Amino acid sequence: MEHFQYFIELFLGGLTRGSIYALIALGYTMVYGIIQLINFAHGEIYMIGAFTSLIVAVVLTSLGFNQLSIIILASLIAVIYSSAYGYTIEKIAYKPLRNAPRLSALISAIGMSIFLQNYVQLAQTSDFVPFPSLIPDFDFVEPFAHIISTQEIIIILTTAVVMILLTILIKFTKIGKAMRATAQDREMALLTGVDVDLVISVTFIIGSATAAIGGFLIASHIGMINFYIGFIAGIKAFTAAVLGGIGSIPGAVLGGLVLGWTESFATGYISSDYEDVFAFALLVLILIFRPAGILGRTTAQKV
Amino acid sequence: MLRLNNIKTFYGNIQALDDVTIKISEGEIITLIGANGAGKTTTLMSISGLTPPRTGEVMFLGEPIHELSPNRIVTMGISQVPEGRRIFPHLTVLENIDMGAYLRSDKEGIKKDIEYIFDLFPILAERRGQAGGTLSGGEQQMLAISRALMAKPRLLLLDEPSLGLAPKVIRQIFDIIVQINTEHKTTIFLVEQNANLALKVADRGYVMENGRIILSDTAQNLLSNESVKKAYLGI
Repeated sequence: MEHFQYFIELFLGGLTRGSIYALIALGYTMVYGIIQLINFAHGEIYMIGAFTSLIVAVVLTSLGFNQLSIIILASLIAVIYSSAYGYTIEKIAYKPLRNAPRLSALISAIGMSIFLQNYVQLAQTSDFVPFPSLIPDFDFVEPFAHIISTQEIIIILTTAVVMILLTILIKFTKIGKAMRATAQDREMALLTGVDVDLVISVTFIIGSATAAIGGFLIASHIGMINFYIGFIAGIKAFTAAVLGGIGSIPGAVLGGLVLGWTESFATGYISSDYEDVFAFALLVLILIFRPAGILGRTTAQKV
Repeated sequence: MLRLNNIKTFYGNIQALDDVTIKISEGEIITLIGANGAGKTTTLMSISGLTPPRTGEVMFLGEPIHELSPNRIVTMGISQVPEGRRIFPHLTVLENIDMGAYLRSDKEGIKKDIEYIFDLFPILAERRGQAGGTLSGGEQQMLAISRALMAKPRLLLLDEPSLGLAPKVIRQIFDIIVQINTEHKTTIFLVEQNANLALKVADRGYVMENGRIILSDTAQNLLSNESVKKAYLGI
C-alpha cells in the first residue's frame, strides 16, 4: 500500500512537471511546424511571462486587491505581455530572414535569447526573487495533501483546458485550418489567398501565450524565479517537443508528459542527482529508434 | 482582361523570361505551349506573384498587379492550379476544397458551390473525409481544380493538368475545363506540354522557347503550322 501511494505521488508529480513542459513545448512545435525554425528565444518568453506576473502580483498585492483578482490579472497581463514579445521577436529577428538559409534564422534566435536574458538581468536583478504563493490550498484537497497539492491540481487542469481550446482552434476554426495549410505547403497557402504573414504572427502569439501561462503556473508553484529559468525550461521543453515529434501538437503534449514522468520516476526510484541525465538519455534513446520522435511524421516527399 | 507587357523574370541572376507579352480577353481559353524549361511555369508564377517580374507590367482588369502579394492577387479573382497539384496532404478532401474558399464568407454560396463540385467530380464526394495525400494522381488533379474553382475566379491558371495522368483521366479533366469555360464564362489560361491536346480546346495559343514567345496565333492555325507540327505535335 505504501509502495502504491509512493508510485501515485511520483505519477502526479510527473504529470504536473510534464504539463508545464507541454505548455512550453507547444510554442516550439507550432513555430517549427510553420516556419521550420527552432525558436531558441521561446524559453525567454516563458521567463518574461513569469516576471510579468510577479511584478503585477506584487503591485496589486500592495494595492490591496483580493487573491482571485490578482491571479486573474497577473496571468492575463503576463499572457498579453509575452504574446507581444513573441510577436515582436518574429517581426524583428525572423521575418527579415525568412528567405535566408535556415542557419541564419537559428543564429538570430540564439542571439535573441541571449539578449532577452541579459535585458531582464539588467532591468530586474540577477538574484533569485521570491514569487508569492498565489494559489490557496483548498480544504477538500487537505486529506490527500501528502499526495497532491492544490497547486498541482490547478496546473494539471489548466494545462488540460489550454490543450482542449488549442485543439478546437486548430481543428475547427478558419485560422486553424490556415495554420495547418501553411505548415503543409506555404506557397500553395498563399495561392489560396491565405495571409501567411498573419498566420505566422498568430502562431507566435499563441505559442507565447501558452508559455506565459506555464511561466505563471510554475513560478507560483516553485516560488522562486530568476532571469535564467527560461534557459533550463526551454531546453527541457525543446527536448519534450523533439521527443514527441517536432511539428506535431499532440506530440508536444505527449513528449512533455513522458519527459515529466521519466524525471519524476527516475528521481523517486533511483537518484535525484541524475534528474537531467535521465531526461536526456531518454531523448537519445528515442532519437536512435524513432528519429522523427514518438508521433513525428517521417516526411516522404512525393513529386 | 489580362495583359503581360514585356515582362522579364529572374531567378537570382538567371533570366527565365525575356520580353514576354501575352494578351487574354474575357471568356477565352488561351494556351501556352513549349518544351520543358521554356519558361511556361515561370510565366504563371509571374502572374500569381510568387516570382514577380523584375521589369514590365502585369495588368489585370486594367489594374497593375505585379507589385501585389500573391494572396492579394487571389483576391482580385485569379486562382491557380499549380504544377504537381500541390494538394495539402494532411487536410481532408473537404478541407482542401474549403481552403479554396478561404477568402469567401458567404456560407450559403460556399455550400452550393461544394455541391456543384461534388456533381462535377462524384469521386471527391465519396472521398471527402480522406486525407488529400492518399488520393490517386487523377483524383488529386480534380481536387486541385475544385480548390481553385471554390475561389470563384474570373481567370483560372492551369499548369500542366495532364501531367502524369492516364489518357482516359486526361480526357475527363479537359472536358471539365471546357465545361467550366462555357458554363461560368471563366477565362482560362492553360499551360501544357501536350500541345496537341491543349490546342484542340483553346481559342488561341502562344508558343514559348527559351523564355521568349516565338509564335502566337489562333489554335487552329497553330495546329496546321509546319514548324509547330514538327517541334511540338510530333507529326
